[in-house]
Amino acid sequence: MTKNNIESKVVLMQGNEAVTRGALDAGVNFFAGYPITPSTEIAEICSTELPRRGGKFIQMEDEIASISAIIGASLAGAKSMTATSGPGFSLMQEGIGFAKMTETPCVVVNVMRGGPSTGLPTKPSQADIMQSRWGNHGDAPAIVLYPNSVLEGYELAIRAVNLSEKYRTCVVLLMDEVLGHMRETVTLPDLEKVKIINRIKPTIPPEWYKHYEDHPKYIHPLASYGEGYRFHVTGLAHDAYGFPTNRADETAIMMERLDKKIKHHLNDLVQIESFYMDDARTAIFAAGISARAAKTAVMMARKSGKKVGLLRPLTIWPFPDDAIRKYMKNVRNIFVPELNQGQLLNEVKRAMGGVWNYESRRSRKIIPIQKNDGQLITPADIINKMKEVK
Amino acid sequence: MQKIPQKIIHTRYLRHRKKFPHVWCPGCSNGIVLGAIMRAVDELKFKRSNTAMVSGIGCSSRMPVYVDFNTLHSLHGRAIAYATGIKMFKPEMDVMVVTGDGDATAIGGNHFIHAARRNIDLTVILINNNIYGMTGGQYSPTTPTGDIATTTPYGNIDPVFDICELAMGAGATFVARTTAYHALEAQSFIKQALEHKGFSLVEIISACPVIYGKLNKKGDAPAMMNAMKKNSISLKAWEKLPEDKLKGKIKRGILRNEDRPEYTDEYAKLVQKVQGGK
Ligand SMILES: Cc1ncc(C[n+]2csc(CCOP(=O)(O)OP(=O)(O)O)c2C)c(N)n1
Ligand code: SF4
Repeated sequence: MTKNNIESKVVLMQGNEAVTRGALDAGVNFFAGYPITPSTEIAEICSTELPRRGGKFIQMEDEIASISAIIGASLAGAKSMTATSGPGFSLMQEGIGFAKMTETPCVVVNVMRGGPSTGLPTKPSQADIMQSRWGNHGDAPAIVLYPNSVLEGYELAIRAVNLSEKYRTCVVLLMDEVLGHMRETVTLPDLEKVKIINRIKPTIPPEWYKHYEDHPKYIHPLASYGEGYRFHVTGLAHDAYGFPTNRADETAIMMERLDKKIKHHLNDLVQIESFYMDDARTAIFAAGISARAAKTAVMMARKSGKKVGLLRPLTIWPFPDDAIRKYMKNVRNIFVPELNQGQLLNEVKRAMGGVWNYESRRSRKIIPIQKNDGQLITPADIINKMKEVK
Repeated sequence: MQKIPQKIIHTRYLRHRKKFPHVWCPGCSNGIVLGAIMRAVDELKFKRSNTAMVSGIGCSSRMPVYVDFNTLHSLHGRAIAYATGIKMFKPEMDVMVVTGDGDATAIGGNHFIHAARRNIDLTVILINNNIYGMTGGQYSPTTPTGDIATTTPYGNIDPVFDICELAMGAGATFVARTTAYHALEAQSFIKQALEHKGFSLVEIISACPVIYGKLNKKGDAPAMMNAMKKNSISLKAWEKLPEDKLKGKIKRGILRNEDRPEYTDEYAKLVQKVQGGK
């Protein structure tokens, strides 16, 4: 980010830049990371911008250290973030689980690349959709956002930071390699109009403070280290004070809170875009970069008089089950283009399972369009598949 | 050496709610180290609210829950990385790490050497009991060659780490070693380490009579404490003794105490430079 465009509103910027700027505008003041393609620009921009803004940047010795440092900083009051790609994201999983278990806000950006292993470091892939959902040991819900344009990268980065603060948890922002490196002209909103959410701080005296107080909405105030509230944080199952417990009743309350604080706020968390879905007979369900090809395909199909629509999740997890059921009710076929071997497909099937008995009614199908060779799915790929399936 | 303070320090520094009895076995050295830390903090008049104690996973790492500081019981091996985040964001806080030989030098070895290299102002109190206590007695990077652990039933063939040498090699600016038998010396070293600006390490050789002691026929807790007394040599005496008298002995003392730019200070300077140059 150059000094000039930090001031201006209409800018040509790269996806990784937009995400960083969104995070900084949302108040991120601590970044710890380890370089990995295709996410490295995010660390580089943070190393330039954070000292200018009085924030902290540190390049750690690995990704495990990075996630650890951002959780530590968050407990000391920082809005903290790290950025990585698939292999580094795998290394962070124990730490992500720790952040969820201890209800410590932080944001992890995963700019996806081809895998498994070192895979295709400079090619796009959407194969971390499940890793971002289940990538920690034990049961823990996930909040994962997934933009499909540079501007949306900016917006969802702000939202990721806001949600992490609001729900006291680790929020993952998934990005496509192509989007991370793509440049688009974006008109940034006035910062005064951007809604920034800060964690709720306790107002009661320290001796009454419980770090994990029960709350009707499952979200309770969060003190920071060094401010007089001397609380304990552990990855062990813990009671309302944060002290370890083996008691089933106390553990149940804790596990229920982790689950319910997501499930009770689906209206706030789930975000979808519906494009020409109102009268659609054929639907495409796609996210991230594949949804851009899908949008073009919808427009092409509409031009030739076909009633095709697109449903796109901006929040991937929690999965938009209800929205899918609502929008797909009158649809005959659902096409699911994605750069993996069916990670979204199976979720769509699961969501529609209770609504359609699609196995027995041959007229209704959920059809995969998949690539995992580092190439993008094109609008033509989707149109051709639609022609094949009658 | 100072007299043991008469006032009952633990009433000020221990948490009372639902915390005791503690998890440690009878005869374990961890409590001695906890006592030494509390007395050192008391001497320094550290404010509890400004002090953080961070640990990883292990018997030794169970310590933070007992003390009334800002406390974090993190992940196995990661305490120093978590502490780095706290210290970087709030350099005004006094941040100490309590860790074990496995926690700090096996799974957490990478964080240990890099924090030492940065010379970030953390005080690492490493309780070296020569074994993985919490998981029931597997060998650690400091289990003596030839010793028995549950995963070296035929004797350990691994060479050992000299943790103080490792820290000095990596750039730590305050490095000291003592044993749990020398509780007042431990208190004094911990105090100096906490006062030191930069990365400091206090290694405390300790007794795990219930597992390591039993597996290696070291006797009960008092016998192991006596062995620490007999087998350790202070730095002053060490330098005068011939080589053959030093074999297998523990070198006690402040092995390094020097000044080097501290990391959070350097970062503050960098911020000033960047903002000044705007
Ligand atoms: C990632 C991970 N691997 C392994 C373990 C199991 N584990 C818990 S404590 C421990 C060893 C602790 O040894 P040390 O650090 O020397 O501490 P001590 O218990 O001897 O005080 C191990 C291997 C774990 N908790 N997490
Ligand atoms: S197992 Fe060993 S180190 Fe752990 S508490 Fe017991 S005596 Fe102490």
